Amino acid sequence: MELLIKNGFVYDPINGVNGEKIDIAVKNGKIVEKVNECKAKKINASGMVVMPGGVDIHSHIAGGKVNSGRLLRPEDHYRDFEKKTRITRSGVGRSVPSTFTTGYRYARMGYTMVMDPAMPPLEAKHTHEELSDTPLIDKASYPLLGDWWFVLEYLKDGKIEECARHVAWMITATKGYAIKLVNPGGLEAWGFGNNVSSLDDQIPHFGVTPREIIRGLCKVNQLLGLPHTIHVHTNNLGVPGNYATALETMRCVEDLAAGGKPVIHITHCQFSAFKGDDWRTFESGAEEIANYVNACSHVTLDMGQVIFTDTTTMTADGPFQYSLHTLSGNKWVNHDVETETSTGIVPFHYKRKNYVHATQWSIGLELALLIRDPWKILMTTDHPNGGPFIAYPKIVAWLMSRKAREATLKRINPKARSRSLLQSIDRELDFSEIAIMTRAGQAKALGLNCKGHLGVGADADIAIYNFNPETTDPSRKYKAVRRVFKKAAYTIKNGQIVAKDGEVLRHVNGATFWLNVQTREPAVLTAEMQRRFKEYWTVEYENYPVSENYLAVSHPITVKADV
Amino acid sequence: MGGCCETAGLGSVVLMSINEKPKLEATLITGRTIEQGVEKEYGKSSREYAESVAVCYIDAEDMKKLGVKEKTNVQVSTRFGSVVVKVLKSPRTPHPGIIFIPYGPWANSIIDPETHGVGMPSFKGVPATVEPAADKPVLSLTELLNAQFGKV
Amino acid sequence: MSVVTAVTCPVCGCLCDDIELTIHDNKVVKVKNGCAMCEAKFMGYSSEHRLLKPMIRKNGELVKVSITEAVKKAANILAEANYPVLYGWSNTSCEAISVGIELAEEVGGVIDNTSVVCHGPSLLSIQEVGIPSCTLGQVRHRADLIIYWGSNPWSSHPRHIERYTAFSHGRFKKSAWKNYVTKIKALVGRKKVQSAIKRLFVKEKIPSAVALSNFRHTPYLQTGKNSRKLIVVDVRRTKSAEIADYFVQIEPNKDYELLQALRALVRDQELEVDNVAGVPVEYLEEIVDAMVSCDFGALFFGLGLTMSGGKMRNIDAALSLVRDLNMRTKFVIMPMRGHFNVAGANTVFTWQTGYPYAVDFSLGYPRYNPGETSVVDILLRKESDAALIVASDPISNFPRKAAEHLTENPLIAIDPHMNVTAQVADVVIPSAFAGIEAAGTAYRMDHVPIPLKKVVEPPKGVLPDETILQRILAEVKKLKQANVREEA
Repeated sequence: MELLIKNGFVYDPINGVNGEKIDIAVKNGKIVEKVNECKAKKINASGMVVMPGGVDIHSHIAGGKVNSGRLLRPEDHYRDFEKKTRITRSGVGRSVPSTFTTGYRYARMGYTMVMDPAMPPLEAKHTHEELSDTPLIDKASYPLLGDWWFVLEYLKDGKIEECARHVAWMITATKGYAIKLVNPGGLEAWGFGNNVSSLDDQIPHFGVTPREIIRGLCKVNQLLGLPHTIHVHTNNLGVPGNYATALETMRCVEDLAAGGKPVIHITHCQFSAFKGDDWRTFESGAEEIANYVNACSHVTLDMGQVIFTDTTTMTADGPFQYSLHTLSGNKWVNHDVETETSTGIVPFHYKRKNYVHATQWSIGLELALLIRDPWKILMTTDHPNGGPFIAYPKIVAWLMSRKAREATLKRINPKARSRSLLQSIDRELDFSEIAIMTRAGQAKALGLNCKGHLGVGADADIAIYNFNPETTDPSRKYKAVRRVFKKAAYTIKNGQIVAKDGEVLRHVNGATFWLNVQTREPAVLTAEMQRRFKEYWTVEYENYPVSENYLAVSHPITVKADV
Repeated sequence: MGGCCETAGLGSVVLMSINEKPKLEATLITGRTIEQGVEKEYGKSSREYAESVAVCYIDAEDMKKLGVKEKTNVQVSTRFGSVVVKVLKSPRTPHPGIIFIPYGPWANSIIDPETHGVGMPSFKGVPATVEPAADKPVLSLTELLNAQFGKV
Repeated sequence: MSVVTAVTCPVCGCLCDDIELTIHDNKVVKVKNGCAMCEAKFMGYSSEHRLLKPMIRKNGELVKVSITEAVKKAANILAEANYPVLYGWSNTSCEAISVGIELAEEVGGVIDNTSVVCHGPSLLSIQEVGIPSCTLGQVRHRADLIIYWGSNPWSSHPRHIERYTAFSHGRFKKSAWKNYVTKIKALVGRKKVQSAIKRLFVKEKIPSAVALSNFRHTPYLQTGKNSRKLIVVDVRRTKSAEIADYFVQIEPNKDYELLQALRALVRDQELEVDNVAGVPVEYLEEIVDAMVSCDFGALFFGLGLTMSGGKMRNIDAALSLVRDLNMRTKFVIMPMRGHFNVAGANTVFTWQTGYPYAVDFSLGYPRYNPGETSVVDILLRKESDAALIVASDPISNFPRKAAEHLTENPLIAIDPHMNVTAQVADVVIPSAFAGIEAAGTAYRMDHVPIPLKKVVEPPKGVLPDETILQRILAEVKKLKQANVREEA
């Protein structure tokens, strides 16, 4: 099928296109030079913004943890549901939507690829079963490897190459996309109810430190040449004073960077940018983080923006979630996974009038606005931790309009307002910068060459928003910005129009991307490995890997590594 | 004798009056047994399955009070129905006043269907009466279904 | 003759995946590593009670028909019904469950799984309180205190203790098997002492103290750093209770009181009574000491807790107890799920609809209100007007009153066996055994997904649940389209 998108204002930062009127031609699911004008289906995009489809580097949409969140919160579903139509399946929404609804809602906003950032390897099949049931978008998932016993043991012995081979085996076996670390070392300690509090704490029973894990896996990532960097949820997340830990984490891999390329991604940085000694002296550490990031080139971040709403927090950071439970008194799910990781879930309500919550809201936007280079700071809410992804249009409006920020600032806790750096920030992002923070930068950080741009050969994943930047000022008309980003005029996935003006037109599967990491010497199943496998896990070796038939549409990417 | 109606607890009460059979007031528990678990895998129409679930485990002391021997028939009645099953001596005693029938159609004909708004009937802890029933047969599965639903 | 290794056992929620089968001539001839139930399943699945041909009830009699006719009849029943119930699902694969949910949505019916009559109350409590839990390997590696409450794993989950808890061997904690052997040897002597105590107390007429002697644990247990302790709480002295270090014999329907008493003791509050639920407070204090001083405690609870008086309130209390214990040490809790894929049914239901069971599609979107949208209640209210039963036997498992209404509905049964429900059904479709004759996925009680293998071919013409349901779904869609056309 051929498609021609005519007369739109195209924002394609990777190819240096900044709002020019260009026609975009699509054939067989790819962007092409040109199509036969007579035969092609034409979309009149005049007076509209055309961008690559949105990419989300960090959003909890599938797997055991997300599903426990759904189970935990029937009250979250009652007020928000979607009826079955002739085309779509029914489902429930709000902070932890059911799988079909998740796919539809992302597509309605013009998103076409979403990364689930926390897959317990032992339960990887579950993640993939849910991803396969999430229609319209492409997706991938990051296996949690920072507290895996194999990693801890190899790193303790300094066996980086051996570690790399096993990480390669694991990513391939779980059909994963990147190396994820969550509170490295802290999750193993949580197995007995403990935690770590600095990069140099010894992890009980294993004799390694968080610093050694972060550096070790960063080296492993480089040895394997994976498309994304290590994806790190820092130690001490959610604890006042943790901006220092975040800085220390970024610094600890500074020397491993080469050629100006990023080597670490600090995710949902807002939750790691707290200054102060306790909740009373709590304040923003965004300026310190931004100053550091502005001066270096080895880091990318995503925001983890807070939205004032009722949501469901869920991370692999068991000890953090427990402290959130004791802090809020809200119901609490914990799920530790043998040999690998943990999970915690706590419902949470961010309130405008609460000093800490309002400051958190401010921190996220401060980071996005104080970090000068939009390629380094990507837009997320850490869905659903800072708030559900359906709130993205609100964030776009805050970033593009000082007026939008002031409207919210007026209504938040007065102490938080008076201390907020936002009062002194005039910066307003343009559509190009928004395109970077919501698609181009995300795809680039992920190393996805076929996503995030509209150059010839790219996947024809396109979003069209009914907003005319020539006649309308997004800074003044921020409510219109919110409206158009909520319901894309067109969402095109693989060259097919899947949603139009907020209505889903077809139910098709997206692909699941995964890395087939081939090492020179593969991690072989020696008798020793088999013995360890039997000892460490309660499932058999041959039942552990995810076979390709768990992926509705499998999209393997082969990575060849010289180890 | 009469008037005593303790239904739960460790103590068991045997009611008796002249010319009347002894009766045991007890608490009915239903649940799994490994025999039931094994036999259900072979198929529920089998005689072995019936033999594994159309039974009632009773405490040895209670059996004495009731005057029943192993493998004889008793009638177990609750507010919700009545069923004849075979007595087996409870292997791990003592727990006077507690009787046990494995999951199955026999148990289900006398348990409490009320779900108390949570969707689940009361399979455990139902007040029940046990009396000797040497003269009454244990129904086969088909007979039981016919008696209950008239449709087999 | 061929040997298949790492086969997953499709019987209970343990989902042991280390079974070794010897296959000869498309038959399982030997089972290695399995328990008695596992062996019975693999050796006896194709017994004389096996269903081989689809059947439809005509003039009161079930007569053999073609699969096409049976599928059409089933689709007709469902498409015409106003409020059908689709029930079962715990003994089949997640792939089949997934099709079942779409079918329920398509016909605007209610879909419910067997957790409604087992751990439904547990799920309701989890929705209120949350649950601190883990995978079973975590218990194997770390737990030094294991509690079974209202659960008799020895009979219901025969390999649970050996694979995952007291007798398993972990990285940080070792098997308690040796202790158990020592204990058994000493048991003879212990029994003599006990009966002496008993005689003594009976003379003094202090019956509750007799019970106390039953509670006392054996003093000669080694309590080394890496050893494990086992506590069993039950109304009956089960087989599992016999191997425990502490056995707490509780009066029926008193679990709630006992759990709240333990919570009070964990919070260092004094109890102003001598005993709770028939258990001396002194003994409870000992138990609480063991709880708060362990490195990692794990409480497994069974239907003894969900099915007795109080139901979900019992589970609320148990979950709260374990949550409280996390202020003192590490503690987890897990329901002992029965059917091999009941956890999978909850899992697939939840990711597709947001709710774990009792999902009502009659308004075109998922609604959930157990007590109203749960199958037993619907049947007791006589609201359903058709039923599809997959891999379950509600006529034999439901209270008589509920089963009664089911027999009054046009009833479709999909099952490998001529079970009781099939015997009274109007349409019977034989299916392949999930995990023996059909592959798929199941979820262990701790929500670890494990693949099911197809190890032998099903009998000729017998299809997997997934395929049968897909065919019914396709037929229903066809009928509905025809209706739409007619109306137009």
